[in-house]
Amino acid sequence: MTNNLATPPKPGYEPGLTRRRRWKLLLAKQETVPWRFESTSARLDSKFFTGLTGFATVLILAILAVILGNILVNGWPGISWRFLTAGTEKDMFDVDKAGILPMIFGTAARVILMTIFVIPIGVITAVYLTEYAHATSIFTRVIRGAVNNLAGVPSIVFGLFGLGFFINFIGRNMDKFLRPGAAEPLWGQPAILWASLTLAVMTLPVVIVATEEALRAIPLGLREASLALGATKLETIVKIVVPQAMPGILTGGILAVSRAAGEVAPILFTGAAYFMASLPKSLTDQFMDLGYHIFILSTQSPNVEKTRPILFATVLALILLTLTLNIVAIFVRARMRRRMRALH
Amino acid sequence: MTPTHANRTLGWTGIKRGHKARTLEWLAEKFIFVVSLSAIVMVFLIFLFVAREALPVALGRMSSVKAVKAIPPEEIGRLSQAELMEYLDLTPAQFKAMPQEALKDLMAVKVEAAAEAPKDKDAALNTTTWSAMLKPYQWSGYDKPEYIWQPVSQIQKYNLVPLFIGSLKATLVALLFGVPLALGAAIYVSQLASPKTKEWLKPAIELLAGIPSVVLGFFGLIVLASFFQSITGSDSRLNAFVAGIALGLAVIPVVFSIAEDALTSVPRAYTQGALALGASKWNAAWKIVLPAAIPGVFAAVVLGFGRAIGETMVVLMASGNASIVSWNLFDSTRTMTATIAAELAETVFGGHHYRILFLIGALLFLVTFLSNLLADVVIHRLKNRLEGKPA
Repeated sequence: MTNNLATPPKPGYEPGLTRRRRWKLLLAKQETVPWRFESTSARLDSKFFTGLTGFATVLILAILAVILGNILVNGWPGISWRFLTAGTEKDMFDVDKAGILPMIFGTAARVILMTIFVIPIGVITAVYLTEYAHATSIFTRVIRGAVNNLAGVPSIVFGLFGLGFFINFIGRNMDKFLRPGAAEPLWGQPAILWASLTLAVMTLPVVIVATEEALRAIPLGLREASLALGATKLETIVKIVVPQAMPGILTGGILAVSRAAGEVAPILFTGAAYFMASLPKSLTDQFMDLGYHIFILSTQSPNVEKTRPILFATVLALILLTLTLNIVAIFVRARMRRRMRALH
Repeated sequence: MTPTHANRTLGWTGIKRGHKARTLEWLAEKFIFVVSLSAIVMVFLIFLFVAREALPVALGRMSSVKAVKAIPPEEIGRLSQAELMEYLDLTPAQFKAMPQEALKDLMAVKVEAAAEAPKDKDAALNTTTWSAMLKPYQWSGYDKPEYIWQPVSQIQKYNLVPLFIGSLKATLVALLFGVPLALGAAIYVSQLASPKTKEWLKPAIELLAGIPSVVLGFFGLIVLASFFQSITGSDSRLNAFVAGIALGLAVIPVVFSIAEDALTSVPRAYTQGALALGASKWNAAWKIVLPAAIPGVFAAVVLGFGRAIGETMVVLMASGNASIVSWNLFDSTRTMTATIAAELAETVFGGHHYRILFLIGALLFLVTFLSNLLADVVIHRLKNRLEGKPA
């Protein structure tokens, strides 16, 4: 960087000039004052690499735009009111008659069911980690490690876990004790309940991390003020801290829903059905799913070219669902951060 | 040292107000503590129950031997009761309930089965042992020992090596494509972009994480596959390269957000010091900030690897799913995850195929568990170092 110190002095830097004279010379030559002692090659390097990393950024955004644009352009003509609200009684590969209402219903039902399980457990864990646990204790470290690990378990392994634990272990034992002697298993088979529980385990880290961030952003002063007014610790947490963190909890919930809505691997063996004549009516029914339907349409279709319009339209429906949720989460989070900054 | 957030909250976390006087307070705290253990319990249960289903195979307690020893029904008197029971796979109660004639009929069925069973040396081989799953074997009809995964055939062949190679190929392509892009973007967004640009760039790139993997798989299958075939002219439209590129799109947001976090967590003073000494923004980022954050970048790559090797729908749809042993990127490939997804639904519950698929799941879990653990430890150390605490 500083190898120019060894080179002969540039014009304007000759020894013996007064400071005034030097400035005048430099200004006359339209040269900026050299605050940074860099060689030209280093400046070029700098420009080049800034451009290169900027290019990587732009490339990622371009790929994102191409994917979304392609799906939007090809999928939009296929979206119609009939498509969104019709069932699949006739033929799920028939371009003119097939609809995706059962899939939208199935996906919505399983993610709503999932939030009922995951939000309370996720929020309570985050409360423990931020409000009760000592940040330095080994125990906190282990919980955090487990949360990070859970986030990295492959989704297909969650599917195997759902089958091995929820269906083969819990479900079968429920059948054994609740309905002894019944010929057909009721609980010990794939069902929307087991799919939701599997997804709840999978999205637990999402909720925990988002809630924790929200709880940490709340100023200590609020807690101290509440304690000073005579509230106990639990009262402070329930009435002051958690309500303040609501937007963060909401963000976590939305992100979890968006993540779960698009996941197919965990529900392959735990509840998704290839085809069902009617909508699921109880927790032990199987369901049709938007993501799984995309998989079926793109790999099992008798005539890929012919079913292309409904395939693209189904993908567009799923993308709209997950991306809208993501964007909402981003905005809620940004608003929350601004509000928290104002509180500090 | 200025008090960090962790130090400040210590005062609050230690507060036990109302703790002694009120039972409810005490109970609630214990309840919250117990619930917070759920993450640990879940990781433990996942391993336990996936491994439980795989255990008989892992311990070598299963057999897929196809050759059947046949004893003609006339020789029924030659066997003792216990031998006969074992030969016919009967429980003592069933055995007692059966008349002599029924036993003879069963033996006749066995003889027929033996006549239909394959006769060659392969039929006598137990293909569920570790050596059959990992070492090449010379099947009759092949001219040299080979690794073959062929679970649906008369003699099931369960060699895992083609699947390992498939997973590694797709993962390698994904990392080679995704990591440079993600790291470049992370450096740009965290160090070089203006704060205003950064504010919208970061969420925009993270939007990529919001695209479900089944959609990435669909994109690979329908759009990328045709595009790359028209360029490379490869024989199989779906191959490891197409799957790897689509997989890379799933890896980018993971690597980007972790690396960006690590780079941003380097104290501003490092950059400011470098700039004050006359370095350019790029030089400060490349020579000062990146070396300080390099463990975090390493962790990002490790987590990206875990994500790539565990991703299912993308490879299931875009890799072609032929279990060939080949390092050619343009051959159709079958990965570990895709194999589980494609085959589990058709297996017999509790059979060897079913258990071997769970074994693959357990191996996947172990691989990602170890890579997550490594990344976790590395990030923790980095955080401590940057905050000036001893590691």
